[in-house]
Amino acid sequence: MSVTEHVELARNAAGRVVPTMVNGKPQTPFLGTGKYQPRGRKAAPAICSNKDYPDSGDKRVADLETALRNCGLRDGMVISNHHHLRDGDKVALMALEAAARIGVKDLVWFPSASFASQKSAIELMERGVIHHIEDSLNGPLGDYCTQGKMRGMGVLRSHGGRYQAIQDGEIHIDIAVLAAPTADSFGNADGSHGRSACGPLGFGLADSTYADRVIVVTDNLQPFPCVPWQIQGNNVDFVVEVESIGDPAKIVSGTTQITRSPDKLRIAELVAQFLQASGIMKNGFSFQAGAGGIALAFVESLKQLMKQDGVKARFVRGGSTKFLVELLEEGLTDYILDGQTFDLEGVKSMANDPRHVATSPFASYNYHGKGNFASLVDAVVLSATEVDLNFNANVVTRSDGRLLHGIGGWQNCLFAGCTILALPSFRNRIPGIVEEVTTMTGPGEMIDVVVTERGIAINPRRTDLFHAVIGSKLPIRPIEDIKTEVETICGKPTRPKLKDRPCAVVKWVDGTVLDTVWQAS
Amino acid sequence: MNSAVETTPPRYAEAGHWGEGVRSDVHVAFEARDAGNVEISLESRVEPYYGSAILEQTRAVLDELGVKHARVAIHDEGALPFVIAARIEAAVRRAGSVLGKRSLPEPHPLPEPSEQDRVRRSALYLPGSEPKYYINASLYAPDAVILDLEDSVHRGEKDAARILVRNTLRAVNFGSCERMVRINQLPLGLEDLAVVVGESPDLILVPKVEEPEQVREVDRMIGEIKARHAMLRPIWIMPILESALGVENAFAIATASENVAALTIGLEDYTADLGVAKTAEGRESQYARARVVNAARAAGVPAIDSVFSEVADLDGLGRWAEASCAMGFEGMGCIHPSQIRVVHRAFQPGAFEIEQARKVVAAFEDAQNKGFAVVSLGSKMVDPPLVQRALKLVERAKAMGVIS
Repeated sequence: MSVTEHVELARNAAGRVVPTMVNGKPQTPFLGTGKYQPRGRKAAPAICSNKDYPDSGDKRVADLETALRNCGLRDGMVISNHHHLRDGDKVALMALEAAARIGVKDLVWFPSASFASQKSAIELMERGVIHHIEDSLNGPLGDYCTQGKMRGMGVLRSHGGRYQAIQDGEIHIDIAVLAAPTADSFGNADGSHGRSACGPLGFGLADSTYADRVIVVTDNLQPFPCVPWQIQGNNVDFVVEVESIGDPAKIVSGTTQITRSPDKLRIAELVAQFLQASGIMKNGFSFQAGAGGIALAFVESLKQLMKQDGVKARFVRGGSTKFLVELLEEGLTDYILDGQTFDLEGVKSMANDPRHVATSPFASYNYHGKGNFASLVDAVVLSATEVDLNFNANVVTRSDGRLLHGIGGWQNCLFAGCTILALPSFRNRIPGIVEEVTTMTGPGEMIDVVVTERGIAINPRRTDLFHAVIGSKLPIRPIEDIKTEVETICGKPTRPKLKDRPCAVVKWVDGTVLDTVWQAS
Repeated sequence: MNSAVETTPPRYAEAGHWGEGVRSDVHVAFEARDAGNVEISLESRVEPYYGSAILEQTRAVLDELGVKHARVAIHDEGALPFVIAARIEAAVRRAGSVLGKRSLPEPHPLPEPSEQDRVRRSALYLPGSEPKYYINASLYAPDAVILDLEDSVHRGEKDAARILVRNTLRAVNFGSCERMVRINQLPLGLEDLAVVVGESPDLILVPKVEEPEQVREVDRMIGEIKARHAMLRPIWIMPILESALGVENAFAIATASENVAALTIGLEDYTADLGVAKTAEGRESQYARARVVNAARAAGVPAIDSVFSEVADLDGLGRWAEASCAMGFEGMGCIHPSQIRVVHRAFQPGAFEIEQARKVVAAFEDAQNKGFAVVSLGSKMVDPPLVQRALKLVERAKAMGVIS
C-alpha cells in the first residue's frame, strides 16, 4: 500500500494545498477557524464484562509480548503510547520490538509525541513492522518522513487534536501501551511517584479510555490501591512489570537551567515587559509558557515584574519547571494547572502540593468538548521556526522543508487571550520572519504578537493591544520593518525547492487539514 | 632550508573557523594556482537559502583581490557577508596572493561623529575573532562597543582579526554606540591602525601605555592616515594604563595629545606587574585607580575603570561599579551584555540627586535672569562649584537618557 502516490489535492480556506485523502481516509480541508461543525457521536470502546477479568484484580502477565498476544495483536493495528517519559522513554520501543518479535507487520505507531531517542523506529519502518507514524515526528523520524521514505503519510496533530481525533473516531487505537512510574496489579497508575516519576499521565487519558485494549507497564508495582490513579485500572486489561521503564536522567532534567544567551534573555524580557505594559499582567491573571530557553527566562523576568508591581496570578499552566514551582511557593500564583513536568522540582511539587494539579488534554486542549482551559488563559508565550507577514506561523518544519518537530500543545495554546510568539529574528543567518511560512501550523488571525530581539510586532487585527501599549518605551514595530532589517543583515534567502509529493499533513485542532508537509529531498 | 624556499610565499592558506559549536563564522581554504579558473567548493549550513549567494560573493571578492587562478574550499556556519569577505581576504593574503588590494563589504552609513566628552558609562568588549557577537551588540545599548584586537585574539590570528574588524566597522550597524577598537601593544598596534583607521573608528584604545610618546606615536599615525584619506571625523584615543610605570606617568600620558578623550586602567596586567593577586574588593589597586582618576581629572578628561570579570556575579559587579563611581570613575568596561544595565545603574545619577541638581539649576537660571551674581536656594547660598556640578549632572543625566 502506498497512499502517497497520486493524491487528490485541494486548496483550503487558508490558501494551502492539501490532500483530500490521507492513509486511505477522506479528509476535510481546513474551513477557517471555528467554521467546521462536527456531527455524530463520540467513539467508544466495546462494552466489557468483569467476568473476563480476575476477581482478585490481579491483571499481571509475564511480559509485554504475552500481553500483546493476549490483546490479539495483528497486522495493521494502531499501537499508541503517551510521551510523559520524554527522551528517557523505553516503553514505546519495548512494545514495538515485542510486536516485531511476534512477527506482525504494517502497524501504525501513534505516540502522543516522539523523540530523537526513538530513532530505531526507523529500522522498524524499514523492516515493515511499522507502516507509518501518526501525531508527532521529531528529529530523525521527521527527517525520514520528509526524505519520502515512510510508506504512509505522517499525520501531525496537536495534543488537543490527538484527543479530538481519538474521541471523534478519526483514529481508533487497537492497543495502548502505557508507561507507569507507579502502578498496582489492577492497573491503576500514577506518574508522580517512583524512581521513574514524570509528573502527570494526562497524555495517556484518551488512550486508556478509548483504546480496545490497554496495557500498563511499570517498574514500581505497589499493592492495591495505587493513588492517585491518574490512569484508572478499570480501563486496563493487563499489567506488565519490567526492570525499568525509562532513564530517569532523561525523563526529567535535574535542574532546569536558564539560558545565558543575551539575545534570548532580551526577547524574554521584552515579552514580560509587554505583558506589564499592556495591562495583561494584573491581579488574578493567568499565563502559560513552555520549557524552551526563552520561555523559562520569560517566567523569571515576569516574576520580577509581578513582585515589583505586587501582582498575583490566579493560575499558571505548565509544562512546569522549578520556575513555575517557585511562583507557587512564593505565593505569586494560586495554582499550577500542569500537563507535563520537565524537572525534578516540578515532579516533587506535583506529588506534594495539592495546588499543583495534573491536567489532561481533555481538560486543557480538546476543541470538541464543552470548552477547554486553553482559551481561559490570558497570555501564552510560544516559539516558532518561522512567522510570516500575515502572522501565520510554522513550528513543525525548518525553512528548508525538513520536518523536525511535532506540534505539541502549540496549536491549542493559540486560543489564549493574547498569543505571543517569541523568537530570534534570525538564527545563524536564517531569517525567522519570512514572506510566507514553509508550513502553516497556526493561522495568523490567532497570533497576536511577535517578539524578537529587534522589536515587537503587534498583529494589526489587535488594535486593542496597540492602544494598550501606547506611551510605553517598548520597541513596537511593523513586522515588515523587522523583516526588512533582517534581510539587510542576512541577505534575502532563496526559497528551497520542495518536491510536489506530500509526506505528512498538519491537522488543525478540529481535525481538518491545515497544511501539507512536502517531500524535501 | 634554503633561502629560495624562504622567500617564496606559501601557495596554500586557511582562515576562519568551522565545525561543531562554531556559529556565524566561515572557514576558507585557499590554494593559488598558475592556470585554470577559480574553482570553488562550498559546504554550508545555510546552503538551501544562501548557497548561490555565497558562491557569487566568493567570486566577486576573489575578483576584487585580483585572484585569477585558484582552488577555494568554503565551510560555512552561517557567516554574514562581511565575515565571509574578511575570511576570504585573510586566506588569500596568507597565501601571499594579494597584490595590494582589498575587498570591502557594502558600507553601512556612518553614525554621527563622536564627541570628546560624550557619556562613556559602559563599553562592551567584542573579541576580534568572534563575529557572532557583533551584529546584535548594539541591542544591549552599551554606550560603546570595543572591537578587540589585543588579548582576546590569538597571536596567530591577528592578521585575520584585523581584516574582520575593518569589515565590521564598515558594515555593521552599531546604532548609537561609540565604535572603539583596542589595538595591540606597540609596535604591532601600528599595523592594526594601518588597517582599521580607514573605516573611521570613533576611538582607539591603546594598551600598556607607559610613556606619553606612545600616545603621540599613535596620534601621529592616525593623523597621517586621516590626512591621506582626507578624513575629517575625529578619532579619539584612550590610553590603557596597565603597569606601575604607566600609572606613575598617568598625567603626562593623559596630556600627551589633545585627542586623548579618556584614561583607563587595566587591572589584570597591573596586579601582575605588582606581583599581587587581583581581588574582588580591589584593595591592591586602590592607589593606582585613585591616581588614574586624579591624573585624568587634572588633564580635564574622564577616567574609565577596568572590567569586572565574574560575569555571573551581577551583585558583585553592582558593588564594584558603585564604589568605582564614588571614586570618580565615569564608566567601566563590560565583558557580557548582562553587565551593561548594572553598570549604567551604578554610573548614572540617582533620582534624588537629579532632583536636587535640577533645583540648583533652576535657582541658577533664576539668578541669571534677574541679574544676580549670587545663586540662592531657599535661604541658602549655593557656591559656584556646586552650581557647576549641578549643571554638569543634569546635562549628563540628559545624555544618558535618564531625564529628558
